[in-house]
Order: sequence, then structure tokens, then C-alpha cells
Amino acid sequence: MLNWDATVVNMILKGIAETLYMTCVSTIFGYVLGLPLGVLCAVSDKEGIRPNQPLYRVLDIVINIVRSIPFLILLIVLIPFTRFVVGKSYGSTGTIVPLVISAAPFIARMVESSIKEVDHGVVEAAQSMGASNWTIIRKVLLPESRVSLITGVTIVFGTVLGYSAMAGTVGGGGLGDIAIRYGYYRYQADIMIVTVILLVALTQIFQFAGMKLASKLDRRRA
Amino acid sequence: MSDIIEVKNLVKTFTTKDATIEALKGIDLNIEEGDVFGIIGMSGAGKSTLVRCLNFLEKPTSGTVMVEGRELESLKDAELRKLRGSIGMIFQGFNLLMQSNVITNIMFPLEIAGADKDKALERARTLLKTVDLAEKEKAYPAQLSGGQKQRVAIARALATEPRILLCDEATSALDPQTTASILELLRKINKEMGVTIVVITHQMSVVREICNNVAIIEDGALVETGRVAEIFAHPKSKAAKRLIIEGKDPDEWEAQNKAIAGNGSMELPAELHEDRKIRIVFQTNSSYEPVIANMILRFGKPVNILRADTKNVGGTAKGEMILGLPKEKDTQEEMIKYLKERDLAVEEVTGNVELGCNSS
Repeated sequence: MLNWDATVVNMILKGIAETLYMTCVSTIFGYVLGLPLGVLCAVSDKEGIRPNQPLYRVLDIVINIVRSIPFLILLIVLIPFTRFVVGKSYGSTGTIVPLVISAAPFIARMVESSIKEVDHGVVEAAQSMGASNWTIIRKVLLPESRVSLITGVTIVFGTVLGYSAMAGTVGGGGLGDIAIRYGYYRYQADIMIVTVILLVALTQIFQFAGMKLASKLDRRRA
Repeated sequence: MSDIIEVKNLVKTFTTKDATIEALKGIDLNIEEGDVFGIIGMSGAGKSTLVRCLNFLEKPTSGTVMVEGRELESLKDAELRKLRGSIGMIFQGFNLLMQSNVITNIMFPLEIAGADKDKALERARTLLKTVDLAEKEKAYPAQLSGGQKQRVAIARALATEPRILLCDEATSALDPQTTASILELLRKINKEMGVTIVVITHQMSVVREICNNVAIIEDGALVETGRVAEIFAHPKSKAAKRLIIEGKDPDEWEAQNKAIAGNGSMELPAELHEDRKIRIVFQTNSSYEPVIANMILRFGKPVNILRADTKNVGGTAKGEMILGLPKEKDTQEEMIKYLKERDLAVEEVTGNVELGCNSS
């Protein structure tokens, strides 16, 4: 059995930091790509404010293709691309690239569905006031769907956290990496259990905080 | 006064995978500036499509729509958006921003128009006072009642000082009392601000309450149009007769067409389906002379009063009465003549609405 000395504690603390770093940065960049993509989908669909079937079809197919590729495969396939973007294909920073690519289409779908929940009547009202599509996106679609969008962020965060742990198998760093290296390869179950508990705790904390924020911002209840 | 809205030969067809639906089949309509104009018809008759063509939320398939002398078809997108700013619109479902408070909702059209924020706030506050909701500035729509939400929507629609207000079934989701207060507010807006109001409804009571003119549409076609008081006294089309003589709102036409048996209160009394019946309409202030009593005395024959009612038509009370006449043909004719001589609008009533009636 391994002693719980300062090295181990430090290693685990570093793991937490790496996991948070990968998850947060990937979620943010995921939204940088996924949010506009999701808005574009919602807007160009046939019920959207500017229907464009060919565009929607293309986006729809691309999103489905990327979403269907298992994350581990994506991780490996993207190695040259990752190396090109961040200079290396391993470690926390190297994991961010495939995480972003994998999360973006998922985020786009979440955003699309959140925006489609907005009552068409409100959009029509804005149109009757002479609002441009851009104004409708900024002032109606996004603010009116904010509760659903924030709930979406919470779900995305949990998913990306899970993926980041998976990236540990290929030297991705973070808690997943520790769990694999110590728990699986070295049969040190206690470290594995601790890291898994920490992953569960992180997911729970973010889930709780996200839901709390969403309901705090919801004005639809009397 | 000049026409603020002119619609010529308006056609709108919707094409789905399986069929082409003609929602509007060549509508001609003129709405005068300062008018309160009603468009009534049953759901699916095309009235919502028609009102959406007035601000081009729906683009007509063919025909022209002129608003304040400008043909909408010819406008570029930006110009059209600007014009929409001068046409307010309110809806059955209120369509407020649920995540924004009352004052932000009212300021929204001003924000779209690029107005100065302080001025917008000031304007929004003035409007809140107009709609009697000054104390609800910071409330969210979910905290308001239906009537209050519609008041906020009205304030919002008026924010950019539009010359026209389109009301799409604006009172259909409200109870009768709230409806009355909203109609009162609309009347005030029309009178005090001179805003031309177009009211889309399936409720005859709404048209009677506030409209000066009305267009009745059925199956995408305009079947009758004119002054409400005139149509109330002399309904010509089948649809108008159903609306006025039988007091049926368009919702009930379907049921009536299918002649569902035992359909209680709204059905005419059984005897109305037999004898010769007439309907007379009179101004209540002309009803001091006991016309019916005098007529009975003169002819020495009884008449059967089948229905008597007073209705508010465009702000004036109108009496209406349905009489069952004696069997003798001569007496019938003379009685009708007698009533007409006293300036009463006389209308034949037939139990079967399919039959044509003479409009005298």
C-alpha cells in the first residue's frame, strides 16, 4: 500500500487542478465554437427566423458525424491536428483540443434545442416591432432561453469532465490519468477510489451550482 | 378621412407537401385613419393571416398592401422593419419577454428603434401610467394577471408612437370583465391618441363594443363589410346573419351547421322555426313610443315576442326584437309596412339560414 504522504497529496491536488483546467478551458472553447453553431442551426431550421434548408442540412450532418465518433478514437485521430495547434499531443493542454472538437457539436445541439424552446409568439412580437434577425438573436432568443442554456452548460461540464478523465488513458493528465496509472496499472485501489470520489464530487458541485444559478435567473415563476 | 390601410386583391396561399391551401382568396379592404376596424371570422377563416399581411409578417402571394400610402412589397428589408415600428401589434398570448421585467419589455421596441435610453425609460413610464400599471414597473410578466399582461403588451405596442395598432385576438384569452376593461383601454387609445385600431376577433361582442366598421371573412374571402351599426340592422350575408340574428360567434357556426340536436341555450326557440318571423332593430332613445303595443291595438291581432334584447353597438344601445307574426298573410304585410313607416329596420328571419332573406 502506498503511504498518503505529501507527494501523493500534491499529486492529487495537481490532478484536481489539471482536471479543472481541462474541463473549464474545453467547455469555454467548446462554447466559442458550439454556441454560434447551435444558434445557426436554430435560426436556419425551417421553423427558424431565417430558414435555410441546405445550410441546416450540412450543419446537421456535420454535427451528427462528429458526435458519433467515439471520444477515444477522436483523441487519437486528432493527434496531428492537436500537435499543430498546441505544439504537443499529450498532457492537459494536449487533451483540450480533442475535448473541444468533441464537445462543440454536442454543445451546438444543446444550444439549438434551448433556443427552439423559445415561444414563437415572442419572436413574432419582436418582428412586428421591426427587430432585425441579429437583434432577435441577441435580445430575444438568447436571453429568453438563458435558463435552459445554463442548464445545458451544467450538463456539458459534466460530460467534458468525464471525457477528460477518459483522456487519462493516453496520458492526458488530471484525475483520470492518476486513476488509470495508480489504480489500474499499479493496482492501488485506494488512490483510484479517492480520485473517482473526487471526480464524482466535482461533477456534483458543478451540477448543483449550475442548477442553482439557473433557477435563480428564472423569472417565469410568480 | 383618408385610408391609412388599403388592401387590394390580396391572395395568400400556403404550400405544404401534400396540398396548396388558399388562406386568403382576393381580399379588398380599406381602413380609414382613426377608425376602429373589426375583422371577424371563425378560426381558420384566414383573419390571422390577413392581419399578418398588414405588416408583412406574412408576405402575400399576390395583391398589394398599402400602409400610410406606401406599398409594402416595394420596401427593402430595412425600410420594412422601420415601417413596422410605426405599426403596433398585440396578441392573444401577450408575447412578452418572460425573462425581462415590465419596464424593460415596454422599452424593447424603443431599444430596437435605437432610441436614447433615458428618453425610452421616461416614455415607458408614461405609458405604464396610461395603462394603469405604474406600480408594476419592476414586476415580471409571470407575476401579472392576464389582463395586466395585455396592458403591458399594449403599452409596449404604443412605445414607438405608432399610427396603427393591430390586435390579434387580443381579448380571446381573457374573462369577460377583463375583456371589457381592455376594450375600454383600446377605445381610450383610439380617442385620445388617434391611433387607428384593427381588431381581429371571433367574438361578435368585441366588434359591437368598439368597432365602427367591420369585415366578415369566411373561408379566406370577405363576405360582408360596412359600418357595424348598418350591418347590425341589415345583415346581408349568411355569415352576418348568423353573427347578428342568432347571436352566434363564429366558433359556434360549425356546430350549428351540423344542426346538433339539443344544443340548448344558443339555439333559437322551437317556435321560431315555424311561423313567419321578423326581427326589428331600434335605437333605444326612439323606443319611447310603444310601437308594438300600438301595432297590436291597431290590427287587433296578437304578435308573439320571441326575443327582445338590448345590445351595445359602437357605444350606442340598440334594441332588437324578434316577433312571430299572425298567420294571415295580409296582416303580416301590413304589420311589416307599419313598422317600416316608423323607421325601424325590419328583417325577415328564417329558421333555416341556408335560405336567402330579403333585406329591406
